[in-house]
Amino acid sequence: MFKAVVTITYKKSILDPQGNAVHKALKSLGYQEVEDVRMGKHMEILLRGEELQEAEAQVKEMCSRLLANPVIEDYQVELVEVEV
Amino acid sequence: MKFGIVVFPGSHGATDCYYALEQVLKEAVTYLWHAEEDLQGVDCVIIPGGYAYGNYLRPGSIARFSPIMKQVIAFGKQGGLILGLCNGFQILTEAGLLPGALIRNSSLRFQCQNTYLRVEQTQTPFTNLCTEKEIVKMPIAHAEGCFVVAKETLESLEKESRIVLRYCDEQGEITPESNPNGSLNNIAGIINEQGNILGMMSRPERCVEAILGGVDGKKLFSSLVEWWQGGAER
Repeated sequence: MFKAVVTITYKKSILDPQGNAVHKALKSLGYQEVEDVRMGKHMEILLRGEELQEAEAQVKEMCSRLLANPVIEDYQVELVEVEV
Repeated sequence: MKFGIVVFPGSHGATDCYYALEQVLKEAVTYLWHAEEDLQGVDCVIIPGGYAYGNYLRPGSIARFSPIMKQVIAFGKQGGLILGLCNGFQILTEAGLLPGALIRNSSLRFQCQNTYLRVEQTQTPFTNLCTEKEIVKMPIAHAEGCFVVAKETLESLEKESRIVLRYCDEQGEITPESNPNGSLNNIAGIINEQGNILGMMSRPERCVEAILGGVDGKKLFSSLVEWWQGGAER
């Protein structure tokens, strides 16, 4: 069994109005050192399988087909083996 | 002419579209349930506004995989007329029938208001009854209508005159203030390369009778009928 942690964020070229709003809010709280905030999605996917590489390829396919929109988003996948 | 209106769980614009087409335009119209795979021989598919499948993940991302959408995609690729309104526009981009994507409004607010649109392209099945640069008034109601697209695609959309509608002010000027959602180049509606699929965030079905505050939406539906009848005569 594997747990895949998928992180989806807007591409750098896409303006992120939510991130900007949070950035402003942090600044108004006094955190002047904050340079940038990007918002995204975090998903944890539990899947059956024996081979880590195979599972990783599968999750990446899920990302490109459904979980992320390649027009506007980038994704990162991290896999760890978990006890059943 | 026979229209088909796709209904997903969460669609809320279907009834208004049905009313506009049946009661105002006096055309044949049928609902197309998302779980069905039969387009019932319609001449034009309308994907209405709403929250298809709750708009979970991203608006339109789950709806595009529904059984009816397989048929709609095939229909569109064969040149069939498709009109995506609001959530329908989002679904068409997710389905890859139109380029780009619709993201959160730059205001971060749900924008519910009237907008002015300038008709940039009248040589389409959807706008042939409009005059060049005509200013039409149609309402919007959405939180995720900011149109974004890769730079190269934007350039080709501009070059190929595929931007059919742009947000403008009452005088027809394209200004940042008249852009309700932050869309690139004030884009309010685009058409595919073949010219048979249009997506727009505004809601023409909500302005087809004077009592609703305007009749400009009727022009869009009437254009489709005009186009269809012209084709039949040809």
